Order: sequence, then structure tokens, then C-alpha cells
Amino acid sequence: MEKSLEPIIKDLHEKFGAAHEEFRGEAQCIVKAEHILAALTLLRDTHHFELLSSQTAVDYYPQTSPRFHVVYQLTSIEKNLSMQLRVPVNGDQPRLPTAANVYKTAVWRERELLDMFGIEFEGHPDPRRILMPEGTEGHPLRKDFPLGYEEPQFTFNYKEIDLRKPYAKE
Amino acid sequence: MGVEQKLGNMGVVTTTLENVVNWSRTNAMWPMLFGLACCAIEMMAAQAAHYDMSRFGMELMRASPRQSDLMIVAGRVSKKMGPVLRRLYDQMPEPKWVIAMGDCASCGGVFNNYAIYQGVDEVVPVDVFVAGCPPRPEALIHGVLTLHEKVNAMKLVEKK
Repeated sequence: MEKSLEPIIKDLHEKFGAAHEEFRGEAQCIVKAEHILAALTLLRDTHHFELLSSQTAVDYYPQTSPRFHVVYQLTSIEKNLSMQLRVPVNGDQPRLPTAANVYKTAVWRERELLDMFGIEFEGHPDPRRILMPEGTEGHPLRKDFPLGYEEPQFTFNYKEIDLRKPYAKE
Repeated sequence: MGVEQKLGNMGVVTTTLENVVNWSRTNAMWPMLFGLACCAIEMMAAQAAHYDMSRFGMELMRASPRQSDLMIVAGRVSKKMGPVLRRLYDQMPEPKWVIAMGDCASCGGVFNNYAIYQGVDEVVPVDVFVAGCPPRPEALIHGVLTLHEKVNAMKLVEKK
């Protein structure tokens, strides 16, 4: 880990009680949902993390509870540093405050998280799906989403499956 | 049809209206540009000098569905592209035909997932499926010739 990240992680730990992890030289801080906005604002204003280079989520279903981690990957252009904030989010009704007022890039990132994981962001300016067409059911990147929908046809069940197939009309 | 060989000394040939109509339909079939993925590269190759689809009167790829009568769906169709594909198909004038080129357009290919249609026949009625990933230009031309056979067998009036 970069030496210059240590005071920043210490600061996060003192102010928000953030747990610190390190994986292959990359720093991660686990922050609670109620502190995430304050932590992001602190990192942006005090520690020069000007760029939210990525915001994504991981689904740890069914091993871990809470099942989601929302990941904020921050970059400091001025100091040439990068670090991660992680927020565990419950699976029943996944909700987080929006980061769109801190980093404007978060608007589309959070639309993608809503689309792919069904995580809602309170106060989001434009809460619509971004990739899947309107009217899609479910959230494709969740681990419990079915993988594919076409059944393989073999000679013994060809006709049976063929009857169910949605063929187009003229 | 080889009209020249049938011409006698009088320069007259007799045939049925059905034959003439089908001949004109097959030999000036204008495909619509609908390259969605890597199959489009093979479609371009089939159009280019080496394979030269203009031998079949198909040198014109129209960008407008209103000027074309064959839709070659070259590539996987995503769920978001489906309505667009259907709309373009509806804008084509009758009679119209569809070739599903390649495995993805025919049956979803390797993309059995939430984003891709498992065969374009869920969206538009397909006349000829061309297998291959991607099919070589010969395969596409074979598909076109198969379609020509189908068109040549068409009747102007349905017999009852």
C-alpha cells in the first residue's frame, strides 16, 4: 500500500469507524451506509480525491449477509492515489443515499446499479433503468437471476419445447 | 431463365406471368443493411469483388427499409434492438423476406443470456437460416440461392 494513503485511512477510521482491508496492495475501507456521503465528501474536499472512477456493486449471495457490497473506486489525480470505499447493503430492500450530489458521474453509475442489482438510491435525480429496456423484470446481475432462458432442444423433447417457443407472426 | 437462348428468330418468348414475376423478384433482390455484429464483415465480403453478390442482382444494399425487399439479419439481436428490428421489418414493402445469418441470429448462438434474443424468429418471421459462426460468404450465398428457390416456387394466386 502507498505510504501516503495511511493518514487518509486513519482519518476515515477516526471519523467514521471505517474498517480497513488491504488486497494486493490496494486499500479498501468498509463504511456504514449512514456515513458514506460524509466519507465521500471528506475524501473529495480534504484529501483531493477528485474523481469517482468507478461505482459498482458485488452480490455475495448466498454466502454472506448483507449480500451486496456497493464499491466506490476513488482516484486522486493531484496525489496519484486510488482507494476503495465499500458499503455493505442489505438484500431485502437495498437502499443507499445517492452520491450524485458529491460526484456527478454517480448519476449514470447509480442508474446502472438500479438496473443490474436493484439497489435504490434515495434522492437520485433520474431513477430509471439505463441498459435494459423498459419493462424488464428482475435485475440481471443478481446471483439468483436465471442464467439463460432458452431450453436446449433434443430429439426426444423437440416438439414439446417447440410449442412453447415465442415465434413471430407475419 | 436464360431469355437469350429462348429467343427465336422473331425475338419473342412466351412464358407465364408467374415465371416473369418470380424471375424479376429473385434477380433484383435488394437487401437492407442490417449488420449487427461480426457476421456483417462476412456479409460485406460476400458483397465485395471476390464473391460479388451483384451476380444475383444484389449489388445494392439499401440503407432504407422502404427500398429493400430482403432483410439479412447479420448478428445477435439484443432485447433493446428487437423493437427496432421489428419496426424496420414493418416498414419494408411487400413481398419481403428475411435471412437469419449466423448462429446468433438463428438461435442465440453462444449468448444464452438475459440480453439477447434466442433467435430472431421471436421478432420477425424468418425464411432462411444460415448456420455458421460467422458463416463464410459461400454459406451466405447458398442461403440467398435457397431463398431464390423458395421465391421461384411462389404462386401468384393461392390454389384452393
